[in-house]
Amino acid sequence: MITYLLKYYDQMLMLLLEHLYLVCLSMLISLLVAIPIGLFLSRSKWLSAAALSFFGVVYSIPSLALFSFLIPAFGLGKMTAIAVLVIYNQYILVRNTVAGFQSIDASIIEAGYGMGLSAKYMFLKIQLPLALPIILGGIRIATVSTIGIATIAAVIHAGGLGVLLFDGLRMNYLPKIFWGTILSSLLAYLTNHIFLSFETKAIEKARGECRGDEV
Amino acid sequence: MARTAIEFRNVSKQYANTSQYAVAGVNMRISEGSFITILGTSGSGKTTLLKMVNRIYEATSGEILYFGEHIHNLNLEEYRRKIGYVIQQVGLFPHMTVEENIGTIPQLLKWDTDTIAKRVDALLELVCLSPLDFKKRYPRQLSGGQQQRVGLARAMAADPGIMLMDEPFGAIDAITRQNLQEELIRIQRKLNKTILFVTHDVNEAFKLGEKVVIMHEGTIQQFDTPYGIITKPANGYVARLIETQDIVQRLKVLKAQSVMLPVDPQLSDCAFRVGTEESLHNILTYFLENDQKHVLVEDNRRGIVGKITWEQLKGSTRQGKVLSA
Repeated sequence: MITYLLKYYDQMLMLLLEHLYLVCLSMLISLLVAIPIGLFLSRSKWLSAAALSFFGVVYSIPSLALFSFLIPAFGLGKMTAIAVLVIYNQYILVRNTVAGFQSIDASIIEAGYGMGLSAKYMFLKIQLPLALPIILGGIRIATVSTIGIATIAAVIHAGGLGVLLFDGLRMNYLPKIFWGTILSSLLAYLTNHIFLSFETKAIEKARGECRGDEV
Repeated sequence: MARTAIEFRNVSKQYANTSQYAVAGVNMRISEGSFITILGTSGSGKTTLLKMVNRIYEATSGEILYFGEHIHNLNLEEYRRKIGYVIQQVGLFPHMTVEENIGTIPQLLKWDTDTIAKRVDALLELVCLSPLDFKKRYPRQLSGGQQQRVGLARAMAADPGIMLMDEPFGAIDAITRQNLQEELIRIQRKLNKTILFVTHDVNEAFKLGEKVVIMHEGTIQQFDTPYGIITKPANGYVARLIETQDIVQRLKVLKAQSVMLPVDPQLSDCAFRVGTEESLHNILTYFLENDQKHVLVEDNRRGIVGKITWEQLKGSTRQGKVLSA
């Protein structure tokens, strides 16, 4: 195991970075798509319910099926992988964005507008900070699941840590399987941890628990 | 003559998908500096009427004027900043301290930091919260009553001339509510704000309001002083509504001259004397504390104009007797 690591650490590092690149790029695109959609949907209970059940259906399609479905459109490689990851993320991110904005007490919104705050001020200073914990929770879950699903993308030549895993399986070579598993789970674990700490901070901020805790 | 702060001209409101009007053809003038309570049961249109003033709801037809100007011609946000708004659920921003909550509008109006800090302190003192103790707290660290005090302070931050209050004390326990009511009366007298205060509580409406608007099925049933409403209810609905008011409250509103009996002006009697404007509540208290059977009523030239007896007061507390007196 260790000899494999010492011999091929540069290749493994390349694969790790490639994996991170896949994850980061697809998360970035996912967020740019999902946040505006979620914000728009949160205005209507009916519309958000309809859209979420649609995304829910899409989310239930197995990843291999979705990969092969999109290969005719985007070909083999990173493009298809990123497209699939973005599609999957919509369910989690849109759902949490909608839930985040809808969780804000209606009286806070009414008081804010009633006292003469502008829509822009309301969004940036009131609604966003209050919805942030739930949105961040969505980002955390989506990122972790993207790290997982991205390993499967190696099947369609998108690269990443999945290459180690699938090569190892095909050649029945334990060190590759071992390091592939360790690296991808470690990445998922650390990411979860880092996002969780952001989330906790955001919760404290939204609830007003930053300073003095006496009631 | 006080200026008209808010004027309703034939204002109606119909919500989408309903055939009935929530508010139908309301005409009313609110003079500057007056404390008006709007009383009605749920579904009477009282809240709708209030919330059309700051355009939380838009009137379907008719006009609302703010010091003579059509409110639709005013910039919405600037207009709302001139109106203090207090709602039952308070709606404090949970992620901001008490200080930040109160300072929100002054900050938007670009007051300097010193002025804002002083204003926050002054407002907290006005609503009987110690600035030192409360400034840095978050809303969740406050009791319900304290939250509504902060809500009141926040609404008054930019010194609005008009306050709209939608059942602000509705969710607060009876003792705290009484304190808050008395403080609100004190604040209103001190600062001479124009207040529109919605409530479903008859006693609260009569205790706070210089004038009371009684709403039922979207229309104004009566708009008069508490005294005017109790002595001359406009219709059967108003009469039934004020019957639910407790007797002590009613006695507080009624004045000596409304029930006194004629006496011989030459009569010299060493009985206790009260003014014509004295409330029957105070006279009743006097009877209970002193073993007396009657008091004399004198006018402001100290001439005796009538008398009130214990027997009579016992009768006047019953509905009907008061009206025929």
